[in-house]
Order: sequence, then structure tokens, then C-alpha cells
Amino acid sequence: MSQALVIVAHGSHLNPESSTPTYDHADTVREVGAFDEVRVGFWKEEPHFREVLRTVDAEEAYVVPLFISEGYFTEEVIPRELRLEDWDEAAWDSDGTSATSVTLTATDTGQRVHYCGPAGTHDAMTDVIVRRAESVTGDPDVGPGFGLAVVGHGTKRNENSAKAIQYHADRIRERGRFDEVRDLYMDEDPEVDDVTDFFETEDVIVVPLFVADGYHTQEDIPEDMGLTDDYRTGWETPAVVDGHRIWYAGAVGTEALMADVLLERAADAGADVGDAVQRVRELTRVGGESADRDAGAPTADD
Amino acid sequence: MSATDGPAADERVTVSDEAVAALVAAAENGGVDFDGLRAVSEGDGYRFETPEMTRAGLTESEFRDACTNHPEYVDNWYFFEGGDRSPADRAFLRWLEDGDAESWDVPTRYDALREGVARSWGQVAVTAMLGAGGRRYELRHEDDLGTPLPDLERHEDPLAARDLVKHDDRGRYRPLKTAPSLPTGWAFVGLDGRACTRALDLIYPATVANWHLEREGDLDVNHWRETMERQSGIYSVIKTWDRGEGYEHVNWVAEACCDDSQCLKRREWGYDDETELDVDGGDGEFPCREPCSLVVAAARKWTRLEGQQPRTYEFELTPGEKEQVEAIIDAVADGRVDDIREADIYEGGNRYRTRFLRAKRMDDTGRLCGVPTDPEEGSEDD
Repeated sequence: MSQALVIVAHGSHLNPESSTPTYDHADTVREVGAFDEVRVGFWKEEPHFREVLRTVDAEEAYVVPLFISEGYFTEEVIPRELRLEDWDEAAWDSDGTSATSVTLTATDTGQRVHYCGPAGTHDAMTDVIVRRAESVTGDPDVGPGFGLAVVGHGTKRNENSAKAIQYHADRIRERGRFDEVRDLYMDEDPEVDDVTDFFETEDVIVVPLFVADGYHTQEDIPEDMGLTDDYRTGWETPAVVDGHRIWYAGAVGTEALMADVLLERAADAGADVGDAVQRVRELTRVGGESADRDAGAPTADD
Repeated sequence: MSATDGPAADERVTVSDEAVAALVAAAENGGVDFDGLRAVSEGDGYRFETPEMTRAGLTESEFRDACTNHPEYVDNWYFFEGGDRSPADRAFLRWLEDGDAESWDVPTRYDALREGVARSWGQVAVTAMLGAGGRRYELRHEDDLGTPLPDLERHEDPLAARDLVKHDDRGRYRPLKTAPSLPTGWAFVGLDGRACTRALDLIYPATVANWHLEREGDLDVNHWRETMERQSGIYSVIKTWDRGEGYEHVNWVAEACCDDSQCLKRREWGYDDETELDVDGGDGEFPCREPCSLVVAAARKWTRLEGQQPRTYEFELTPGEKEQVEAIIDAVADGRVDDIREADIYEGGNRYRTRFLRAKRMDDTGRLCGVPTDPEEGSEDD
């Protein structure tokens, strides 16, 4: 029976680059040929969540949300708009970062949908953050002598948002690769504005846990950290702030290795992906064929 | 209806070994009756029949020869019936060739394909033609039909459509794929049937699927009321805009957003399943089955704005200034602002005219005629 991967993402009415990482990762998955079809659907673009499944011929669809955390979109909007029959967020039995997958039927198309947890909370996402640190420094062995800040939006809208940040920061810290690892936030303590206060190391890599580049990652955060007075004039990488060298990575979701997380989500849900995971990891490594893809995109509109 | 760059008129159809093998199998498995071709395995051998000829009692080898000698019939059958095409794609590819002559026989159909058969899907001209390997498709903006192919940016990979349609000819982002602002200057060439529908699905997502559902009588229309009832989060406020006082507000939304000048889908949703809207749904080929995300986002803003009570303001304008305000609204609403020439001071929406009006009638804080928005205090800004 043929199988499809359907990546669902936010998209934007305003920012043309919001969809770029989604398309790029879909292309990477296509390249390794693990699925008969790879499709993308959006909340703010077309095909909309509402209609993406009817563009899929396969009767078996693995739906992976390209979102950072569990919450409103993964638990309410996406299942509703995909018309997943008998969806219940309890089916994921998640503590906020542990959603896996549940198999349901889409009532309008009759397809079997393996609805997966978001990319952002998968364990493989930890590797993407580390890979992002490698690509922004251009050093596949970066770690010793460096601090790493994982930056999230904060908890005001969704407590699981901070849980996902903490989860990955903890995992990276446990590996002992970087001298220091901190989780920082845009709108609560510890705030990314004061990034240099939290690190002893001279070099600090800052990786925002966002899907796409846009207002927050390309305007807010660079200005708040003091990389630049005006985002429009750009900034150096690294930029010197208070005697620290700040290596600002931009949205983690633009990292080519994100395609691996999408694949692993689907594989965990039962998709037959063969050796695709390994091939994507090779394809997207620093210096690999797809690793230089970059993308930008905000989700300033809700 | 002929394309400018069609294949040579003397191009002969050759039928593939796969097609012949598939027809042999189909003849043995119940037989084929499609567009005039009849093929079946009977007690005394195979039968191969077209409107022009009948041969019966054939050996398999003779049957294969008959296939080779009548390649158009076999190619035609194999193209539409032989593969694993989705029903929607198959129906669409048939529709492309039906044109105004649904009763085309196969020789007429193939003569037309040699010339190239073009139909519009939104602003895309889809031309079906014969090329090496059978039917091939070319897509371009319908305004580019007269443009020589070398003058267009040519593509063969359907995925290229994603970037092509992202911005209009003025470089502005197109958040609505079915807005009538498809950029010009490109062509997809040499597409097979699958690549053709794939490219269209990236240019106008889900339009073929919904068009097919509609033709089959299965289109799942969701009207305004149920769509807004479904909204949550920051959009849940929209349902409060429906106050049981009629649907005039939804008429305004549809007139603003869903008119053919704004979107090429044909609006099939109404206020609810018993109440159609009073404004035209449009003439598009493909249907719109529910208010889209742009309508929902705009409706949220209008819900807030329309919650305000009207007030009586007193402004002093000359008759010419009143008409100029109307002209400015028209120019913005019709997207004509960029077309008003720099020195055309006869147009109310001309920049100099508008700057003059502002200099004369607005105070330092941008208030029209100095009138505060909120009479109690200075001004109120939403």
C-alpha cells in the first residue's frame, strides 16, 4: 500500500519566506525516495490543512506537524482541520514533550492518518540544534570553549513551549559537549536580552527554536541581544557584545537536518522509510549537498 | 484553440509495448470498450474493433499487430485507463480534451492533439499535444499564449511552480494562490499527465480535486456559519459577528474578498445551507468550498471594527473634495493606485491631489478636518 508524508506547517499571509523551510525539508525527503508522495499543507497558505489530504493519492498518510511544541496547533487546530475522527489529545498520552503518534481516519477522504507529534519535541531535534551550532560556526566539532543558548518564545501563551526548550537544553547539557548550556526566552526570565550575563565562555552560540525566520528571529532577537541597533543593517557573525562573541544561528527550523526529524517522526509511527534516515543525515551534514540551504520566514500573523 | 509551438503535424503515434501488453491482459480480463475501441478475448480468439474496422478470431500475435496498426486507439485507451491515475486527474485530463466537442472520435481527437488543444484553468493555459511518448502538456500564463517559447523561462520540474507563483509581476507576495495575479513569463514544457496535474496542484492547490468532487456531486461545501462556529483561539470572536440580524455583513465580505476580480475560485458557500448570499459567486471553473484563511483573518478584524457603534461626525468638504474621497476609495479598492500616472491630476487618487487634500484638510495628528475620532477626548485609535 502506498504511503505519503504530509508536512503541516503554519505558513504566513505576510511573509513569503515562511513556507521555505517546509518546502526545503519536503524536497530532502523526496530526494531519498522514502515515500510515494510528499505533500505540504498550511494554516495560512494553500493547500490549507483543510484540503491537503484530498491532494494525496495514498490511502496511508503520515502527518507530521512542523511545529516547535505541543499545544494549541498540534492538539486542537490541526486535528480539527484535518477532520481526524475521534481525535482526543489524551491519545498522545503526553507530558508536554512526549507525544508520539495516533492512527485515525480523516472523515472527508477516508484516509488512514498517522498523526504524529510535532517535529520540535522529537529527540532527534536535539541533534538539529547541535547541527545548527556546527553550521553557524562552520565547525563540525564545535563544543569545547563554547556556550550554547537555546532560545524559545516563552510560556505566556503555551507552557509546553518552554518545556520543549528545556528538554533539549537539558539533553545537550548532559552530553557535555559545550562548556555551558542555557535555555533563554523572549518574554520571560531568563531573558535572551541579557544573554551575555548567563555565560562565562567568551564564545556563545545562540540557537532560536523557531520553525522559520521572520520577525522574531530576524528583527526582535538580534536587536534585543545587542547584535545590531537596527536589524535592517544586519549584524556580524560572530558579533561582539559585552566582550562575548555571539554566534547567532537564526531559526533552527531552517537547518537542513530538520528533514531527518520529520522522517523519524513518520518512521516512529510505522512508516517504512528504509535507510532514508541515514541518507538524510549524510546528505545534510555540514558540507553536505543540502546543508547550505538556508531559509527565512516569520509567522508574525496568527 | 491552437498553441503556437505545437508538434509537427505529421507526427505519428507509436504505441508502447507496455500499452499493448496491458491491452492483451485487459482483453482477456473482461474486455475493453473505450472511445470506440473494443478489445476482447473470445472463444475463437481475440477481437479488435474500432468504428472503422473489425477483426475477429485473432491469435495473440495478430492481435498485437492490430494494436500496432491502430496505435491511436490503443494509446488513447492506455493513457486514460491503463495507469494508476487518480480519478480526479483522469477526469481533468479528459476534460482538457473535451473542449466544445465532447463527442470527438479518436482520429479527430488525435488530429486536434497534433495541433495542440488549449484550455484555461484559472489564468493558466493548459495545452495538450502529442510528443515523443504520447500526450504531453504545456502550461503557461494565458496572456503568454502568443509569446514565442524561447522568450519564456522554461521549466520541466513541476516543483518549480512553488517559487514561480509566489510573487506577482510587480514582485508582491501572493498569499492567495487563486488571486488573479498569476505572474507571466514562464512555461512548463514536455510534462506528462502526472506532471501536468502536479504542477497545477502547486499553482492552484486542490482545485482539481475539488472540481472533480463537484462534478461527482460530492463537494463538501462548508458555509459561513459553520466555518466561523468552528474557529477557535483568536478567531473564535468571529462567530459573535453573526447576530441573527441577517447576513448583509457576509455579503460585504464576499463582495470584498471573493469577487472574480479578487479570487478565481467560484464561491459555492453561502451564509448557511439554506441562505445563499446576494452577491455573485463568480464564473470560475473550480469551486470554493468554504471561507478561506484570508477571509477568516479579515473577518476577525471586521468583527472588531463592526462592533463599534456609528457616530455622527461633521466634516466640511467641498463637493470636489467629497468626490475625491470617493475616488480614492475606489482606486484603492480596485487596486488601481499604481496605475494612476504621476502627473494625472485629473484622477482623485493621484498622489499630488491626495497630498493637497491632506495638507488642506488634515491636522498635524492626521485627523480629518481636525475632528477628533472620540468627541469626549482627543482621538481614539484601534
